[in-house]
Amino acid sequence: MVERLILQASSYAQSIDGLIMLVAALAGFWFFLAEGVFFWLIWKFRAKPGVGSQYITGEEKHLKRWITIPHALVLVCDVFIIVGAVQVWYNVKQHLPEADATVRVIGQQWAWIFQHPGLDNQLDTADDIWTTDDLYVANGRTYHFQLQSRDVLHDFSVPVFRLKQDAVPGRTITGWFQPTRSGTFDIQCAEICGIGHGVMAGRIHVQDESEHAAWIAQHSSVSAQ
Amino acid sequence: MAQGHGQQGILKYVWSTDHKIIAMQYLFTGMFMGLVGGLMAYVFRMQLAFPGISVPGYGVVSPGEYNALITSHGSIMIFWVAMPVLIAAFGNFLIPLMIGADDMVFPRINRLSYQVFLLSAILILASQFVGGGAFGGAWTSYPPLSANPEYNLTPLGATIWLLAVALEFVAFLLGGINFIVTLMNARAPGMKAYDIPMVVWMIVIASILFMLSVGPLIAGAVMLLFDQTLGTGFYDPARGGDPILWQHLFWFFGHPEVYVVLLPAIGMVIDIVATFARKKLFGYKIMLYTAVATGVLSFFVWAHHQFIAGIDPRMANIFTVTTLLISVPIAELMFVIIATLYGGSISLKTPMLWALAFVAEFLIGGVTGIFLGASGADVYLHDTYFVLAHFHYTFFPIAIIGTFAAFTYWFPKMFGRMMNDTLGKIHFWGTVIPFNFIFIPLFVLGLAGHQRRIYNFNNFPELEPWRWLDVVATTALIVMLLFQILFFYNLFHSMRKGPKAEKNPWKSNTLEWTTESPPPHGNWPADQMPRVYRGPYEYAHADRSEDYWPQNLPN
Repeated sequence: MVERLILQASSYAQSIDGLIMLVAALAGFWFFLAEGVFFWLIWKFRAKPGVGSQYITGEEKHLKRWITIPHALVLVCDVFIIVGAVQVWYNVKQHLPEADATVRVIGQQWAWIFQHPGLDNQLDTADDIWTTDDLYVANGRTYHFQLQSRDVLHDFSVPVFRLKQDAVPGRTITGWFQPTRSGTFDIQCAEICGIGHGVMAGRIHVQDESEHAAWIAQHSSVSAQ
Repeated sequence: MAQGHGQQGILKYVWSTDHKIIAMQYLFTGMFMGLVGGLMAYVFRMQLAFPGISVPGYGVVSPGEYNALITSHGSIMIFWVAMPVLIAAFGNFLIPLMIGADDMVFPRINRLSYQVFLLSAILILASQFVGGGAFGGAWTSYPPLSANPEYNLTPLGATIWLLAVALEFVAFLLGGINFIVTLMNARAPGMKAYDIPMVVWMIVIASILFMLSVGPLIAGAVMLLFDQTLGTGFYDPARGGDPILWQHLFWFFGHPEVYVVLLPAIGMVIDIVATFARKKLFGYKIMLYTAVATGVLSFFVWAHHQFIAGIDPRMANIFTVTTLLISVPIAELMFVIIATLYGGSISLKTPMLWALAFVAEFLIGGVTGIFLGASGADVYLHDTYFVLAHFHYTFFPIAIIGTFAAFTYWFPKMFGRMMNDTLGKIHFWGTVIPFNFIFIPLFVLGLAGHQRRIYNFNNFPELEPWRWLDVVATTALIVMLLFQILFFYNLFHSMRKGPKAEKNPWKSNTLEWTTESPPPHGNWPADQMPRVYRGPYEYAHADRSEDYWPQNLPN
């Protein structure tokens, strides 16, 4: 359902949306059950003239069941959600697949600096391509990003990728993504970073392989000169 | 203790040690701050729905002002509305009355608590007007943004914000000590542990949670203050500090804080539901121990606020487990309240409507928290409007719905007069329906990728298709705010002209209903202090002809 609100454009977007739907199904079941019972009880036991209430302590075993059984079932649902959550988390954040290329993403008040590898596909060489607010990647390739900040906390967020990671000054945080759809998408800063936080928008340009190769060839040579 | 300390004239209201007067001081200060916080929400919601508009009554909102408004709104609603009203106001009013004491054990500490609190409230309001403007780094105040004026551009605002929050903590530590000691030492003869009304237990458990969790944050706040004013580098990585340290200290306090305000609201709801359903609470001990378990667990979940903050990713797995586990006791608390309705004789007076609305709405807040506790889903949902809608579905039922429930229920005892029930019901529906129209759209916006704390979404073309939901939410907020006029009319009118309230208008069991409305200084005449013979929820007991059995009656 999330993809109806916003496109899925990375290899893990679907699994994150799937996890959201799993939680929606399990939590939704309990929610509607609890609300249903709740409103039914209010209706069923509304005050009627001549009908008093009952004296029920809820301390006896056969009554406690009404709490302990749902209690156990909630716990079972939690286990399913935990397993799903940890699985998705592991794939997205904990496990780092082999990269086809590495980009460096640097946040500062209030812009994104992107360092792309040039023709040699190596960072920190003379032919690196530096851009501000526009990140260029090839569709289908697996990227590592090295996330840094020059001043305060920022957060590198690409909603269509379902990707979000804080940038912390003094650290380099490495993560990954693999775009699965060509196009131009929003990059947001998702951690408040001062008065320019709302304008700290970037764009990620996911290009086809040949288009991207041409872009690198064109800009890499310019940078190297 | 309090006997013989009756004061006269204006001193009675501003320098009193009477727990009821101090409760009123907290209550009305909290209500005033609530109005301020609500109007701030109006200003920034207008900016979100109609970017760049000159907001009627305010003017054009600059990015700096926008950040300051959301920061102040969050800080005020948590520290200067939810805590003073739910814990300090009702704790002060109810604890001595419900345990049959003539006052708090430390009345002067109690007075000091309010005075420090008032100072903190004046500071946070004053910070809106200092040069550079109020602090705009969000209520979580993450460094380095909060630590360095070169980054936040509010050198005075940031420091005053921090001092105000620290003073507020001092006030609540003083108040909390008082609550705990009073419950331990000043109970009426005969009142055993399981005879204590649930709301009193909950306020005291909340005070204990607060005292245990706030220490690390005070240490953190001192370090932040030094970073701001003395140029130390506790949170500055360039000088060996670590910005994430603050996040740990803040959320180690910040998450138990959720339960600090939740538990008193649940306690109030329980007392109200039992009274208006004419039912004994279903499983008193289950409730009590579950609340304690919730409190203990709440110390082990804090890092779910930091899944993507740069902590070791393996750590997220542990906090996912603890966070999802806490859904079990919370669900249980809700089940107990729902089960109490079974076999009842439910009359839907205004306080009962609020109490039931608490359950219905808080359930939404509860289940949406599971999405965020699941680390894999939080990768996307973190810091979106989904988070914002989630915690408003917890805090609004707690701080607003819970407060209205408690206020309309204990109003006769506080002021000796009845509120108008019809106006109360209109106000109820006029608040609860718009509330859902504010925050359900924000869930959708969050799922669509709307980030929090963005001054103007026009920079994000992907979000354009759903922006109309912002207009829905803002409109609903304005409707809800307008309905509050009705509440204040009902409040001030009933206070002076409402029909006189008898001692026990709701035919309830607890001790506060055995004294005059309003209770005199000292609560009961000295020779008529109550004794307790049974628990607080003996409704419809077979041994008694009436359907309620006050705690103080020998038989």
